[in-house]
Amino acid sequence: MAEMTGVSASTSRRQSLGSRLRYYLPTIVVAVAVLVIWEAAVDIFNIREFILPKPTDILAEFLAQLRTFLTPGEQSILFEAARATLWSAFGGFIIGCGVGIVVALATARWTILSEATMPFAIAANSVPIIAFAPIMNNWFGITNPASKMAIVAIIVFFPTMINTVRGLTLVDRGALELMTSYAAGGFKILWALRIPNALPFIFSALRVASSLSVIGAVVSEFFGGPRATLGVYITQEASGFNFTRAWAAILVASMIGILFYNVVLLMERRMMPWYHAQRQTH
Amino acid sequence: MMGTNSAMSNPNASQQVILVQGVSKVYNQNTDEQVIALQDINLEVCEGEFVSLIGPSGCGKSTLLRLIADLIQPTEGALRINGKDPYRARVDQDYGMVFQSATLLDWRTVQKNVELPLEIMRYSTSERRTRARDALRLVELDKFTNHYPWQLSGGMQQRVSIARALAFEPSLLLMDEPFGALDEFTRERMNMELLRIWRETNITVVFVTHSIPEAIFLSSRVVVMSARPGRITSIVDIDLPYPRIFETRESPRYFEKVNIVRELLRDAHEVG
Ligand SMILES: Nc1ncnc2c1ncn2[C@@H]1O[C@H](COP(=O)(O)OP(=O)(O)OP(=O)(O)O)[C@@H](O)[C@H]1O
Ligand SMILES: [Mg+2]
Repeated sequence: MAEMTGVSASTSRRQSLGSRLRYYLPTIVVAVAVLVIWEAAVDIFNIREFILPKPTDILAEFLAQLRTFLTPGEQSILFEAARATLWSAFGGFIIGCGVGIVVALATARWTILSEATMPFAIAANSVPIIAFAPIMNNWFGITNPASKMAIVAIIVFFPTMINTVRGLTLVDRGALELMTSYAAGGFKILWALRIPNALPFIFSALRVASSLSVIGAVVSEFFGGPRATLGVYITQEASGFNFTRAWAAILVASMIGILFYNVVLLMERRMMPWYHAQRQTH
Repeated sequence: MMGTNSAMSNPNASQQVILVQGVSKVYNQNTDEQVIALQDINLEVCEGEFVSLIGPSGCGKSTLLRLIADLIQPTEGALRINGKDPYRARVDQDYGMVFQSATLLDWRTVQKNVELPLEIMRYSTSERRTRARDALRLVELDKFTNHYPWQLSGGMQQRVSIARALAFEPSLLLMDEPFGALDEFTRERMNMELLRIWRETNITVVFVTHSIPEAIFLSSRVVVMSARPGRITSIVDIDLPYPRIFETRESPRYFEKVNIVRELLRDAHEVG
């Protein structure tokens, strides 16, 4: 019977803990190996702290800061900085991606608009937006988080908008014909066909944007900002020869980036169950 | 409305559903890639008929269905569907179409795919659910309602698209090689099922196929086409009695019709 060819949805979706561990094992092995080699190399070649601190020292510094942060009544500038940078990156991400998606929807609704704006968007996407950081400091004030958010928002806006427009327009011709055969209206076609079709495109942009937003926030803080931001913290600790502290801040910045990325990934899985399941078995 | 199809022996008595008059279709006209897909097509299909289109690949069968469905416009000539402009008929949702490829939406489950036209036509949620489920039962896929299209074989996907076309009970069914991807046994069962639906309602079917036995077994008329340019070379009345059953395929008159259409198709190939 033809029915036998159907794959059971539940078995392909559920994964055992063991298979998950097997999936991540290579990554864990590589990470541990790199850290061990790093640690050993610093010892063996007697590398000075200002060139490369030991991973264990960086971790110790991180844990010390974390302890201070968790102790009531005490303050850890590193974690204050982390909070400020996270906020800038998150705010910029939401504004930039949100506006990007809305603009894409608007331009896709009026094809002429999309054809007129796409070349600009693609050109603007290759401009090093970060170079505007000093100008944004002028506009919004150097200590105002809005100056950092603006940079992040502009950086993530273009890839999000471009990808969303692509997803809305690169629709299967047969599916469009099907909708036409039902005399479906423009709004129904947008909602039932174009937007679901765009979701994989949008999420691939959001993943890129999640990393870009942390990079954008930290780098724009290099151009000046309040003491309690990761970018300023890293520059100041580095110029004060506290390299282990600077590295600990870099560690925190990476953790924020990884956090963002995973939140996006989680949303992607919730919103596109069909897509995720399909790719798992392929 | 039962038994309307017995009138097929006297088509003049029934209502005209499709009228194609002097229709030609040229793709990419006045360019290097100009293709005359159809030339001077005249065809009349009446209510309750089961008409098959058969002909070599590229002879314009899909093009003719698309013209009837108002998905493309004729270069010359005119069409009427239920006495209306094809555009009007499309907006009135007079027909259901089964495309040559299943064209299911990846992000919808089987059930939701079948519900799509019902959604557009603003059926209530409960009505959508029961209709979709009933249609899926007809194509023997009611156990797969929560699967996604990629979890189904090609033949199963095609059956979902048939259920999708049946779900809103259109009075005209346009089917472009709907059973092409099925194995022989499933195909025969689907043929019987389609004939049953056709006989129980007064639905009109235009059916594209490459299989001569299938065309003869199902149809009240078979339209034979030739390629380059696409033309209708002959129309054969299949006056085998309905209901057609397993034994129909073994009757001498059935073989006679198969041979007639085979001859005509051979001629059509030689012309093209
Ligand atoms: N959109 C299009 N643009 C240009 N040419 C086309 C287009 N669609 C079809 N054609 C051409 O028109 C001719 C008829 O195509 P059509 O798809 O109607 O054939 P068919 O009889 O359905 O063939 P098959 O049995 O292989 O499905 C072919 O020569 C094809 O190349
Ligand atoms: Mg075809």
